[in-house]
Amino acid sequence: MDLQIALLLGQDGMTNGAIYALLSLALVLVFAVTRVIFIPQGEFVAFGALTLASFQAGKTPGTLWLLIGAGVVVALVDVTQALRSGMPRRILRIVGWNLVYPAAAAAVVFLLKPGDFPLLAQIVLALALVVPLGPMIYRLAFQPLAEASVLVLLIVAVAVHLALVGLGLLFFGAEGSRTPAFSDASFNLGLVTVSGQTLWVVGASLLLIVVLFAFFERTIYGKALRATAMNRTGARLMGISTVMAGRLSFLLAALIGAFSGILIAPITTVYYDTGFLIGLKGFVGAIVGGLASYPIAAAGAILVGLLESFSSFWASAFKEVIVFTLIIPVLVWRSLTTRHVEEDE
Amino acid sequence: MAEIKTILEVEDLCVSYGKVEALHHASIKVGEGQIVTVIGPNGAGKTTMLCSIMGLLPHTSGAIRFLGQKLGDAEVEQMVSLGINLVPESRALFGEMSVGDNLLLGAFMRHLAGHRDHEQIMEEVFQIFPRLKERREQHAGTLSGGERQMLALARALMAKPKVLLLDEPSLGLAPLIVREIFRVIADLKKSGVSILLVEQNARAALQVADYAYVLETGEIALEGASDQLIDDPKVVESYLGLGGKR
Repeated sequence: MDLQIALLLGQDGMTNGAIYALLSLALVLVFAVTRVIFIPQGEFVAFGALTLASFQAGKTPGTLWLLIGAGVVVALVDVTQALRSGMPRRILRIVGWNLVYPAAAAAVVFLLKPGDFPLLAQIVLALALVVPLGPMIYRLAFQPLAEASVLVLLIVAVAVHLALVGLGLLFFGAEGSRTPAFSDASFNLGLVTVSGQTLWVVGASLLLIVVLFAFFERTIYGKALRATAMNRTGARLMGISTVMAGRLSFLLAALIGAFSGILIAPITTVYYDTGFLIGLKGFVGAIVGGLASYPIAAAGAILVGLLESFSSFWASAFKEVIVFTLIIPVLVWRSLTTRHVEEDE
Repeated sequence: MAEIKTILEVEDLCVSYGKVEALHHASIKVGEGQIVTVIGPNGAGKTTMLCSIMGLLPHTSGAIRFLGQKLGDAEVEQMVSLGINLVPESRALFGEMSVGDNLLLGAFMRHLAGHRDHEQIMEEVFQIFPRLKERREQHAGTLSGGERQMLALARALMAKPKVLLLDEPSLGLAPLIVREIFRVIADLKKSGVSILLVEQNARAALQVADYAYVLETGEIALEGASDQLIDDPKVVESYLGLGGKR
């Protein structure tokens, strides 16, 4: 291997690592707030990418139907609950978010022909279809089990993952899709050529990380999410409802997932089940951070990206094996260095 | 206390953990602007009562009324939005957050309701607890026991509560700090907050309270104006020790 190849592999690794880093942050967030190990994180990556690809192919993305269907079910469940607990004033908001919003999205898709939109508008519309699925899935699958054990929540997460992969096959078929690059520019930096898309991925990931950091450090809602992660009872006593925190964290996780999918769609062909492996690599990063530390998780995810790209050069048949084997030394190291602290609740 | 309006009323409250009944037909009343204390030994059900009022624990029967209105199976968040705040025995602080952020989150419900006067309330709270102002940027987890209790109280005050439920505020604190906490409780009463105080430190609680209940094995064993209870021979014997009233 010479320096040029090393730099190329490094560039590749950083690009993938940036995506894994985003996903690892989402996984840490969801786990810290709701104790759910969010296996379906990767499905949002695939849904984001494939929804955008559908627009570009002039097709109606199946995620629109999922949004409408999930919205109807959530509305039914929530309206029943609102009536039963004697709070009919909530109905307007429930209907607005779960019925009117998907209907408006459908109107845009059918009446305005998003295939002719500029790329940025297509991206916004794809996010608008996929991201609300996050809180809806929380409402249907996880909110009724908020007090269940981590293991039960994990099993439900696996079930949701399998259901979403099946739906992905139904919506988008077995064919993969790739979207055009955001820019065709490329830059010569001495030995290596950096593609415009690489810069987009790394830049957009960094930007999103900065925005997330500002959200958690500067806004009261971000602080409320952190508070829920630290002390659930304490947070409830401040009026921060566990349900609100759960929905908000799933919203952010879905946003991060779909956004990552849109970023990688021009680099790699995305299939209905591609998201799972990508999500798992983000999960390895999250494990490095002990499912608790955001910066260590992000650093771990970038390490995963680099490891993957270099092992695909040296031992391409074993690249997944090498990446996932990383978990073992990491777990050994973590279990030897961290002291277990009993939770006081 | 007939002429004082009742702000919080607990009627025939029963709470069970599985088959074990922790609270048996307990009834108490808190008048507006009063300090009412519930004293009793460990395991009598005092914390259970507070948690149940707050909606953290479901009750099997009985009713909780706020300003005469019955609260069904109210959730914690709903109680907070009514102006009822609990300072739990564990303090439940956000240890890895600064003192300032802990206080800010105390005003979360007010923020949801559209109020934006957090800074002003925080200044008022700092008047009561000047030490917290010095520690504003420090992580809550690094505070001493007394400072933690002050922060827990201060955080609850950020919500501008109408009724404050205090669970063992003196637990594990040095005598000097206990005195300070009780001074603050007495001051809060003057500012119009109604307080339900659960304490094992019976003498201090009775000295600050208007009315008192003695809870024993899940039942109200005795009740009365606190200046009467403090002289009651049974109370003196069981809870105040031989020293009696000092």
